[in-house]
Amino acid sequence: MNAMTEGYVTPDGRQIGPVLMEMKNITLRFGGVVAIKDISFDIREGEIRAIIGPNGAGKSSMLNVISGFYVPSEGEVWFRGQKRGPMKPYEVARLGIARTFQNIALFDGMSVLDNIMTGRLTMMKSGLLSQALWFGSAEREENENRAKVEKIIDFLEIQNIRKTPVGRLPYGLKKRVELARALAAEPKILLLDEPMAGMNVEEKEDMCRFILDVNDEFGTTIALIEHDMGVVMDLSDRVVVMDYGKKIGDGTPDEVRNNPDVINAYLGVAHE
Amino acid sequence: MPEQLLYAMEVTLNGLMAGVMYSLVALGFVLIFKASGIFNYAQGVLALFAALTLVGLQNGQIPFAHLINAALGTNLHSFGWKLPVLVAIALTALVMVGLAILIEKLVLKHLVNQAPIILFMATIGLAYFLEGLGDVMWGADIKKLDVGLPQGISETVESVTDSIFGYGFFIDNLDIVATVVAVLLVASLTIFSQYSKQGRALRAVADDHQAALSVGISLRFIWVLVWSIAGFVALVAGIMWGTKSGVQFSLSLIALKALPVLMLGGFTSIPGAIVGGLIIGVGEKLFEFSVGPMIGGATENWFAYMLALIFLVFRPQGLFGEKIIERV
Repeated sequence: MNAMTEGYVTPDGRQIGPVLMEMKNITLRFGGVVAIKDISFDIREGEIRAIIGPNGAGKSSMLNVISGFYVPSEGEVWFRGQKRGPMKPYEVARLGIARTFQNIALFDGMSVLDNIMTGRLTMMKSGLLSQALWFGSAEREENENRAKVEKIIDFLEIQNIRKTPVGRLPYGLKKRVELARALAAEPKILLLDEPMAGMNVEEKEDMCRFILDVNDEFGTTIALIEHDMGVVMDLSDRVVVMDYGKKIGDGTPDEVRNNPDVINAYLGVAHE
Repeated sequence: MPEQLLYAMEVTLNGLMAGVMYSLVALGFVLIFKASGIFNYAQGVLALFAALTLVGLQNGQIPFAHLINAALGTNLHSFGWKLPVLVAIALTALVMVGLAILIEKLVLKHLVNQAPIILFMATIGLAYFLEGLGDVMWGADIKKLDVGLPQGISETVESVTDSIFGYGFFIDNLDIVATVVAVLLVASLTIFSQYSKQGRALRAVADDHQAALSVGISLRFIWVLVWSIAGFVALVAGIMWGTKSGVQFSLSLIALKALPVLMLGGFTSIPGAIVGGLIIGVGEKLFEFSVGPMIGGATENWFAYMLALIFLVFRPQGLFGEKIIERV
């Protein structure tokens, strides 16, 4: 059996699919600064894949490479068995890679519902003219998309704020709306940039539950960045650990936890 | 009815109509501001450019004739044909779309994520460039624009009001047409921006570039789209104003009249541009009619700005502008 193309079942019975995305020898430089140094790893279908590391390890840079906001200086990104050329972020989004942002990028002036509807823009096919004239097909399409969005709203338990302008919401809810918008695109891969950052314990627990539920219910592949080790270890199937732009560990949470390099990076090197 | 009241009614009506003309210009500003946060100084010049192009095409003028003649020693002026009005308008609309694509390619593309003031400066440059381009292409002389819109006093209105009040109102036919056109334009633009896929994308881009990219919106497409629509609105404004007062440089100055309209209506609201225009139009005319004679007249030159200033103090976002929400 070829694990690359076949997938496997984890000890606790989770079905993990074949490789969906592969990063091959990615290097990213900003002028003289090397943010990512020769990193390779893969993301499998249906798994929750975490990228962790201390501050400044290059995690966000890596996420930006995946989502097309940065173009790697060297290395290749493979998606669904094909090499991905240099792409604009909106083209990557149209490929089925949705993301959230560390410091939330929502449309503050628009309602929660409208924000989430923008997530479905790539799904809507009817042209400018029929849109402008509100012909049957455009109307039907709007209604179908609206129905899907309402499902997500129910799922994430934000029914009561659907008409509220996003600018008025508290931080935790904004994060949830951002997740909803990303989900609305029915992504092949969902990228979460520090989904738990700045949240209190209760909000973190909620977010954890939603991430697991999303993965469970929709089978969405999730790649997330976190620096809260505890949260990550509970959530993920496999973890990449970065430090100073390099990969220092890759494996199941247990493997990573016992990796001496990882322990050093987080706790400091033991001097004898 | 007392005669004074009838006069006031007539003045109000005329003010409403004048207001619609201001709104037509303000609309173009609102569209671009909504989609890109850019205050487009060139909007007035766009209207001038559209009107010049329309006249030129209609009369079969050869673009850049002066330049060609100077360079080659020829004596060309016109193709010698006259295009039907609708064909000329359609062609001009195409030219405006082409212009939008060029503006995106040559200017906006290079200024993504720059501060609003830089984009504003770029539109000032654009305004002067277009002004010059219009002159070089079509000549700097004052032109008459006639697309067959009815002009002059409406006899229907006069006779109807005469039979009701015993006093005939003087209303210009062109103003009536402008009103109808403006209402249609606003209705369709509002529906487009609120309920269509592209409209939603447009509002998304206006709100946050990065977030818009992440949901798969192409900034370039949206910008070309919005500048095309603004170009089309400029064409409509250019037709109305050009018919009213001839196509000449001063046409671009109507943009200045749109400013107070925007402050009143809010920079981000399409219906606001209309209501703002109406308030300014009526206010201006009524003020001139009632207070003007006491202080020596010519109040129309400053009344609109005065009103806008007062509004800025009490309601900085305008009547219909998006609420300024700030979490503390």
